[in-house]
Amino acid sequence: MNKPLERIVNGVIKENPTLVLMLGMCPTLAVTTSAINAIGMGISTMAVLIMSNLMISALRKVIPGGVRMPAYIVIVASFVTIVEMLMHAYVLSLYNSLGVYIPLIVVNCIILGRAESYASKNPVIPSIFDGLGMGLGFTISLTIIGMIRELLGAGTLFGFQIMPSIYTPVSILVLAPGAFLVLAMLSAIQNRLKLPSATNVPHEELACGGNCARCTGSACSLNHMKLAEAKAEEALKLQEQKKAAKENAKKEGEGK
Amino acid sequence: MNLILVILTAALVNNVVLSQFYGLCPFLGVSKQLKTAAGMGAAVVFVVTVSSAICALLYNFVLVPFSLEYLKTIVFIVVIAALVQLVEMVLKKMSRGLYVALGVYLPLITTNCCVLGAVLTNVQNEYDFITSVCSGFGASLGFAISIVLMAGVREKIAHNTVTRSFQGMPVVLLSACLMAIAFYGFRGLV
Repeated sequence: MNKPLERIVNGVIKENPTLVLMLGMCPTLAVTTSAINAIGMGISTMAVLIMSNLMISALRKVIPGGVRMPAYIVIVASFVTIVEMLMHAYVLSLYNSLGVYIPLIVVNCIILGRAESYASKNPVIPSIFDGLGMGLGFTISLTIIGMIRELLGAGTLFGFQIMPSIYTPVSILVLAPGAFLVLAMLSAIQNRLKLPSATNVPHEELACGGNCARCTGSACSLNHMKLAEAKAEEALKLQEQKKAAKENAKKEGEGK
Repeated sequence: MNLILVILTAALVNNVVLSQFYGLCPFLGVSKQLKTAAGMGAAVVFVVTVSSAICALLYNFVLVPFSLEYLKTIVFIVVIAALVQLVEMVLKKMSRGLYVALGVYLPLITTNCCVLGAVLTNVQNEYDFITSVCSGFGASLGFAISIVLMAGVREKIAHNTVTRSFQGMPVVLLSACLMAIAFYGFRGLV
């Protein structure tokens, strides 16, 4: 469970924060106007996530339970400030294009969620890899959304012209409404293919009500349980159907 | 006149949810019913207006004179978290009715990026105290408008049959997309 590789696979595929858990929607929609912005956002979030997981996991026996949320918020905010200053110093163009969304990493529910549900209960090394895995998952899914929007909305990819000149860019995709449209399509595809996602649990409410503010990560496990329950139910139904079919066949056989 | 323009710009033109993407989580999570959506909207209006006033004072009279602007993120988030707690306690003691109406939503607001986003935007635009309060009020009003509209749309959707693939989140996101296109029309206003 706590092996480094397992943590990374878990973050990238099984519990992908954006596409499966649907956490941290604000940066997902806001900064994916181009692939470069998306990667920049992903990497800076990953840096904050790794550092805050490390710090919180190292201090997990020192921080009293009653004030843990404010303590986490202050730790995360310090790292965000460090990342913001570093970006201001070394990658000014990215800093300018991400703008106010860099300080808003503080309230990204992925970070507080991982702090609450993983780093506060596990040793330092697995926590670091958990941060790395979650950050990678976030970066990859952000980049995918950014690439789709940039390719269709501007005809370029990482700033290079890709589409032939006959192609008229659908510029609404790089504007605000396009963000909702692309995400709606992606989650509809997930629904269609019945891929695991926090939003396509059939007929059941999510444990957190889709509300990141209330969840702080602890609801993820509840969502998982619900997903597992739904799967188990389906499996049970299938078994019963098979049984019933067999019995029917038997009866028919006896009747003959 | 200028202040009215600030409020209108913040509420409609730069709508926090539909063009800035702040506070998406409650926008998608708490917009199932009109009543709860209105409660959430009112709580956000209250907290954002008060916190933009306090943060404007702190920024202009404490952080800038001591050239500590780089601490703004930490200071603001701590102020917001403390403020939400304080407001909850005061409401509980002073006004029972208001507490019953807004109480449930207050703890959810701390990590709502709408609050921090509105406050940081004020600082970035170098607004003075009055303008900050107006802009904060306008931004949160925009949030309330869009979440109430969304709840109305979702209550209607609940009675319709939706294609299987689009059930749940996709159809909500699609309606948000159409609302965002409609709000894009306000660009011509200012």
